[in-house]
Amino acid sequence: MSGVRVLVGTRKGAFVLISDAKRERWDVGGPHFGGWEMYHLKGSPADANRIYASQSTGWFGQLIQRSEDGGKTWEPVGNKFEYDGVPGTHQWYDGTPHPWAFARVWHLEPSLDDPDTVYAGVEDAALFRSTDGGQSWHELSGLRSHGSGPAWQPGAGGLCLHTILLDPKDRERMYIAISSAGAFRTDDAGNSWRPINKGLHSEGIPDPDAEVGHCVHHLAMHPSRPGVLFMQKHWDVMRSDDGGDSWREVSGNLPSDFGFAIDVHAHEPETLYVVPIKSDSEHYPPEGKLRVYRSRSGGNEWEALTKGLPQRDCYVNVLRDAMSVDALDPCGVYFGTTGGQVYASADSGDTWSPIVRDLPPVLSVEVQTLP
Amino acid sequence: MIRVVLPEHLRTLARVEGEVTLEVEGRVTQRSVLDALEARYPMLAGTIRDHRTQERRPFLRFFACEEDLSHEPPDSPLPDAVATGAEPYLVIGAMAGG
Repeated sequence: MSGVRVLVGTRKGAFVLISDAKRERWDVGGPHFGGWEMYHLKGSPADANRIYASQSTGWFGQLIQRSEDGGKTWEPVGNKFEYDGVPGTHQWYDGTPHPWAFARVWHLEPSLDDPDTVYAGVEDAALFRSTDGGQSWHELSGLRSHGSGPAWQPGAGGLCLHTILLDPKDRERMYIAISSAGAFRTDDAGNSWRPINKGLHSEGIPDPDAEVGHCVHHLAMHPSRPGVLFMQKHWDVMRSDDGGDSWREVSGNLPSDFGFAIDVHAHEPETLYVVPIKSDSEHYPPEGKLRVYRSRSGGNEWEALTKGLPQRDCYVNVLRDAMSVDALDPCGVYFGTTGGQVYASADSGDTWSPIVRDLPPVLSVEVQTLP
Repeated sequence: MIRVVLPEHLRTLARVEGEVTLEVEGRVTQRSVLDALEARYPMLAGTIRDHRTQERRPFLRFFACEEDLSHEPPDSPLPDAVATGAEPYLVIGAMAGG
């Protein structure tokens, strides 16, 4: 019987939420790794029982955990993330040089077809790859060394590589995004990279149209159309129809075009979801109303989805990796909040209900559709 | 036999309960004790000392015999009471909220 498994990373542990295809009754597992910051968990598309998790604290640093049974049990694997060569410096907040130093893994992206291959996006920004199930990690240093690395500056959350998209039609191509350097693409499996930020406009940097320096919050792609990308930037929702070579704004009628999360419907490549957030300092929904906005036209025209979501006195945030979709029909949409709620919609966003209400602040939500 | 007391999170990670006991070859120093600890429990590598520099992680301290040894050279001998197992070597996580 098909179903879904929702992997939730929080500030104080990981949770695994399981339901059948109706998505009405949920079994809540966890906390796993109680007390640890779980930035991200993600299952292998090639083996649903293989799950990778990023576990860290300020006390004990970074660990990577791997499960072979869908999140029931876990084993620590490799946690040695060493930059390739002498890492040099990037810019600090005030523009002075600052030594590159590993802090944590923000995002884990398992390969589309090999359960033992997984990518890790880390702070300070770099991309690592393991081909042995997470036991050992090697930097794809062409990203940092392509030229602009010394000019990258951290966003408020750190200089983090937070988004990794693998192209299902071209295994040599992938996209990553860094706050606040921008988006980058490789066409040779990670050996060489180039910035893909043409069309982005960001006030607050010396050259608002610079090649790098944009605070890209998240990228999304529909697997059937990997050349079409959607972006939630610090401000602005953007779209590219040419693999990131150029971008245009599709914020349209959103009440705020600031936000973090963005995702695409599993079966409708032109249907997008964002959660508008008020400004870049409050970090809560406009008017205290938690609203997911859906566009069925690839952007510009947006409708508020409110049924089942709090429409007064709501001041939570939805972080960049905290939204995901399942592949059932109708498509399920899920997101977690900094208030500890995980909301689910089993009807493409028309109606919502909380799976859980009182978790620690949610950092990430990933969904596996089970056979 | 050397006795080592770990913080709860590291005991959970290493899947041990109570104190850890180790045999240490040669001189008993902080480095030799931590090397032996990581050799027996590889999952602890990087959680107490930085992988590359081998420096103590900032929010951890090393105590023994009611003394803070955190800033002692790693190759200095540990007190006899630790070397004989009369007293444990303690890895302590900083007390903090949040």
